[in-house]
Amino acid sequence: MKRQLPFVLVFIFGLFMMFQYFVPHEISEWIYEFLLDWIVIIGIFALALGLWSLFRVSVDKIKMRKDNWGYSYITLAGLFVMVAFGFTHRVADAWGLYFIWILLSLLCLGSLMQLRAATNSRQKKMYFASALILLILSTLVAVFDDTWRFYFYTAEGLENSMFRAFFDYILLPILSTMFALLAFFIASAAYRAFRARNVLATLLLLAALLVMIRFNPWIQGDEAWASKASNWLMNVPNLAAQRAIVIGIGLGIVATALKVILGIERGYMGKG
Amino acid sequence: MDFYTFLWMTFAVFVTLATFSFLYKDNPFYKFAEHLVVGVSAGYFVIILWHNALVPNLFQKLADGDWYFIWLNSSQPWYIIPAILGVLMWTRFSKDYGWVSRWPMALYIGISTGIAIPLEMANRVNKQLYAMMADIDWSHFFGTNGFDLLDVNSGLSQVIIFVGAAAALIYFFFSKEHTGLFGKIATVGIWTLMIGFGASFGFTVMARISLFINRVQDVGDWSEAAWDSTNSNYGAGFQIVFWLMVAIVIGYIINELRQFTKTRSRAS
Amino acid sequence: MGIFDKLMKLDRRWVFLLLAVVCVWSYVVPFDIPIRTEPESEAIYSFIDSLPPGDIVFIAIDYDPNNLAELHPMTYAVVEHCWRKELKVIFTALSQNGPGMADQAIRDISDSLLVDKVYNGVEFKGREIIRGKDYCFLGYKPYYALIILGMGQDFRLPFPTDYYGTPLDSVEMMKGVINYDQVACVIDLSGGSITDAWISYGQGRFNFPLALGLTGVMTAQYYPYLGSGQIFGIMGGLLGAAQYEEMADNPGRAKEGMRVQLFAHLVIIFFIVVGNIGYFVTRYRQKKQKEVS
Repeated sequence: MKRQLPFVLVFIFGLFMMFQYFVPHEISEWIYEFLLDWIVIIGIFALALGLWSLFRVSVDKIKMRKDNWGYSYITLAGLFVMVAFGFTHRVADAWGLYFIWILLSLLCLGSLMQLRAATNSRQKKMYFASALILLILSTLVAVFDDTWRFYFYTAEGLENSMFRAFFDYILLPILSTMFALLAFFIASAAYRAFRARNVLATLLLLAALLVMIRFNPWIQGDEAWASKASNWLMNVPNLAAQRAIVIGIGLGIVATALKVILGIERGYMGKG
Repeated sequence: MDFYTFLWMTFAVFVTLATFSFLYKDNPFYKFAEHLVVGVSAGYFVIILWHNALVPNLFQKLADGDWYFIWLNSSQPWYIIPAILGVLMWTRFSKDYGWVSRWPMALYIGISTGIAIPLEMANRVNKQLYAMMADIDWSHFFGTNGFDLLDVNSGLSQVIIFVGAAAALIYFFFSKEHTGLFGKIATVGIWTLMIGFGASFGFTVMARISLFINRVQDVGDWSEAAWDSTNSNYGAGFQIVFWLMVAIVIGYIINELRQFTKTRSRAS
Repeated sequence: MGIFDKLMKLDRRWVFLLLAVVCVWSYVVPFDIPIRTEPESEAIYSFIDSLPPGDIVFIAIDYDPNNLAELHPMTYAVVEHCWRKELKVIFTALSQNGPGMADQAIRDISDSLLVDKVYNGVEFKGREIIRGKDYCFLGYKPYYALIILGMGQDFRLPFPTDYYGTPLDSVEMMKGVINYDQVACVIDLSGGSITDAWISYGQGRFNFPLALGLTGVMTAQYYPYLGSGQIFGIMGGLLGAAQYEEMADNPGRAKEGMRVQLFAHLVIIFFIVVGNIGYFVTRYRQKKQKEVS
């Protein structure tokens, strides 16, 4: 039951999906559509696991007072605020007490975190009381402020201007800047690592140099020899190399998938 | 542009510079930006999953049922099954019941591998092999319009593609030792692969620089907005915020320089 | 210690600084560089340009902010081209932060469409882009491979509602649009493995015309599919985006960026050359020292 049933399930469903491709019958099509629909729903719950573990890590960091635990408050605040924005939307012309509600809820969350980390009973009582008061206050604001509303069942929150602003002006610049750091690391790597040590490395470097100068109007002039040569390089030798890689990867995927379906590869099950 | 948007842009520039400050060394500004983005992106994902996946694909299907019947009286009650299987995934963290999560996992793995086999075989392997076997245009061996060695469609190019791809495949074949003729063909293969990797590397340089250019463009747009007098909402506030931001950056740099000279004089 | 030894032991932060200064300088000083178009991107432009008004183009915005630098300009150029030609667009976003990217692009391009503009000598009157009529944004679902397969059966199977929560049956432009059969082509703009799924599970199974907008890192890897006819065009990195902007006569961030690329590439080439000279000089000296001892 613990180990055998999963293998049987993998085998049956794997085989069915394989044959469905070759035998498109009305019934098999019907089951196929159902499975596609269902498996996505199952998957959503699996993704929630990842989000939960992020939350746990941050909370534990604060509780255990690990290195840089203070920053975990920023993570949790970002998480909470974004979720709050996604479930609310403005109905009046002004925001009313919306931001006060956000602040009260954030402070309440902070008090709860402190409560978990508290060591003596006096601290515990104090944080419990403050969390309770803040919770009552924020609930009161949420109930009596009619400039904004909660929307859990419809997607108004996605058009909340604060939700969009947090994406456009916080998430987007930080994530793209983190990757922009790579520009500098590749410059440093170009300086330190790309050496023409042997024939193969020289070949790699020459191909790279040709691709790098292909849009340079000063080096190649009007005849555009570099542009033409790099186009040939991409479409002929590069295509040949990548074709071999694509075929190799394809065979690798098929072989691994077969091993999984036949129960030879069992790593995904974990131990136990 | 209104002042409110400009303030947001200023914050975006602030976090951009905070993240870039990591290039000099790790510092509290960078840590702030890093932790903030982890939280915000997780929160964003929660909302997108909820509104874009859970509500339309599960909740709305069960919407006409009642929760106290566990939605069994809805018009599509069978949607409760994937929901239960999904909840079973959550047993993964439990020591005693972790094995239950293997059932839905097995379902997922079975389905996705079963789908993969015929499609990956057909589209990655077969179609590429067919393309490799294409007829060679002998009548235009050195170019379709007169002699041109750099013609992509010439017969010669087709021969190079075939030989290069076949040799590279042989290079990947490790069950036989790369010696003799086999080894020589494999050498041609590795040469082809190296050209491919070189081309990839050339493109990668462009890709990485693009990422930085984008950030420069964003900061540039922000500083332009601060001085854009055609903007109907334009006012002193824009420049005050701009100079405040510049002052913060210069202040940080001066502080770092002072610390740097201090540690240097101490070291000497 | 000779100059080459010193150069070899240079703090990498000087390398960073030089690159940053060159990039910022070439961004600030305005001048144009000629953009030469390539057949890979020309194929995409001419395909879209030849479509009659009212046809549906499917644009998959499958990238996150990490790759927006290269792929956002493509989205802006392609979608503006589609809407100016009065084509309808279906958007999806199958990567985690994709919906936000698509949402932002749709808002910005809609604003740009309000203005009268002249492209390649043809005047286009400004018009309002209406949700549900000019475009339908399907939104995000996890597990892209299964979603791509599901959409081949019926868009309503994985997407009962669009991103904004409107049931697909009440979206005007989706009336009679069942699956990929009603779509003129799919353009996948992606910075990750979703592209593979579009090739194997989408085009491979349902046989629609597929074109790719790729990040520079990935571009070289997808040429075999171009050779085998599985895709009909590639826009590779910022240069690909700039080529599309050039053809559509709609210069944007990519064209502006290529001017910076020009100098940044020269800096990188300079680094490679200096690094190699230093390497060979030190190797030559070590060899000599060995011979002496």
